[in-house]
Amino acid sequence: MSLAKRIIPCLDVDNGRVVKGVQFVDIRDAGDPVEVARRYDEQGADEITFLDITASSDDRDTIVHVVEDVASQVFIPLTVGGGIRTVDDVRRMLNAGADKVAINTAAVFNPEFVKEAADHFGSQCIVVAIDAKQVANGENPRWEIFTHGGRKPTGIDAIEWAKKMADYGAGEILLTSMDRDGTRDGFDLALTRAICEAVPIPVIASGGVGNLDHLAKGVTEGHADAVLAASIFHFGEYTVGEAKEYMKQHNIEVRQDA
Amino acid sequence: MTTVAVIDYGMGNLRSVCKAIEHVAPTVTVKLVTDAEGMRSADRIVFPGQGAIAGCVSALTRQGLLDALEDVVHNKPFLGICLGLQALYESSEEGGGTRGLGILPGVVKRFPDDMKDAVTGERLKVPHMGWNQVHQVNDHPLWAGIPQDSRFYFVHSYFADTSDRSYVAGITEYQLRFTSAAAHENIFAVQFHPEKSQHVGLKLLENFVNWDGSVQSRV
Repeated sequence: MSLAKRIIPCLDVDNGRVVKGVQFVDIRDAGDPVEVARRYDEQGADEITFLDITASSDDRDTIVHVVEDVASQVFIPLTVGGGIRTVDDVRRMLNAGADKVAINTAAVFNPEFVKEAADHFGSQCIVVAIDAKQVANGENPRWEIFTHGGRKPTGIDAIEWAKKMADYGAGEILLTSMDRDGTRDGFDLALTRAICEAVPIPVIASGGVGNLDHLAKGVTEGHADAVLAASIFHFGEYTVGEAKEYMKQHNIEVRQDA
Repeated sequence: MTTVAVIDYGMGNLRSVCKAIEHVAPTVTVKLVTDAEGMRSADRIVFPGQGAIAGCVSALTRQGLLDALEDVVHNKPFLGICLGLQALYESSEEGGGTRGLGILPGVVKRFPDDMKDAVTGERLKVPHMGWNQVHQVNDHPLWAGIPQDSRFYFVHSYFADTSDRSYVAGITEYQLRFTSAAAHENIFAVQFHPEKSQHVGLKLLENFVNWDGSVQSRV
């Protein structure tokens, strides 16, 4: 008997539509986040994460409606990230039915916001999203926090930052390797392991998944508590159920009740 | 028409609980209640909660809900969820020691910081977050149709520790064994989130809506 490692499909949502990998679905349903979320739920996803990449803040209400729709039909944990900057933003998402919010850039510019949000709503619903990029190789590898989709360095050490965010009340860390994101080369396992060992809170590995073995290695070698992937599920290459079967064959505890 | 009151004392997201109950029982009326009268007039009570226990108890006090809660907890089918389980015990270590409602015997403790997985040696994280198994230790009506050792969704840093096993309905292991479901007369309380535990969670909520509050075991 033990806690299962989680598999979390991630949907990038732009103005109410899923924007990655919609080729394989019927035109009727293409890119409808509610439909996609329902399908992942049926496949046995342990949670679902929505990242709102809507550029204009005028259109941000759209994601609220998406979350409301999904939350009234899908009864597993839902996380929403993207553009979460104020306590009011957090409240709006939680009231819409999100269980957790992911705070990214706003934490970098104002770390106190994480504290404030955790005090207000409890650590259990505050995820800090960390975008890290390797800045030194070799014996003493080093990763730094980058903002603006990996373009702007901040000079902040990723491991120190993760520890600080845990101290500030984050309940979980969503760790994305900006070197691997979109490459399908697998997680940055050294980074994942370094962060997982540094913090007392759960860590979700993200960025670079191209096959099922990458997911399994995130757990067995990266020591992640959960693994997140987008395109391998969106393109229909694998179902969440297949991913769980693969992990189980590699002696990883997964939930297969569904 | 059956009415389910979900106690709203300003702690966290109650929408999911309401939606999940409406989903499994479209004919019942689910309402958020913020006052004693709302609790007393309902047929059954859901006591949810997340966040910190001190905030929970002081919010209940501030809203004048404590007396009504202690009243209904003894005479209506009652379901505590997460903090709604923890608050039923005598006290909690949280916040340097907080007095609970004292309806169930036992205390609420924090998971130790230095837990390690027995097999892999990896550090066990706190909060205990994710899908873990619940071992049913009795034949309670709320377990009807739910397979033994099913996985439910948990997120918590504190757990109920009781030496009186007659109040325990389910146990879960996370290095140590804790009470993941408690039962006593018309009270059932769970540490996990049934509203976020997909099929088995919805089944438990459905069982609750159909429960008469007695503890006769299913056949």
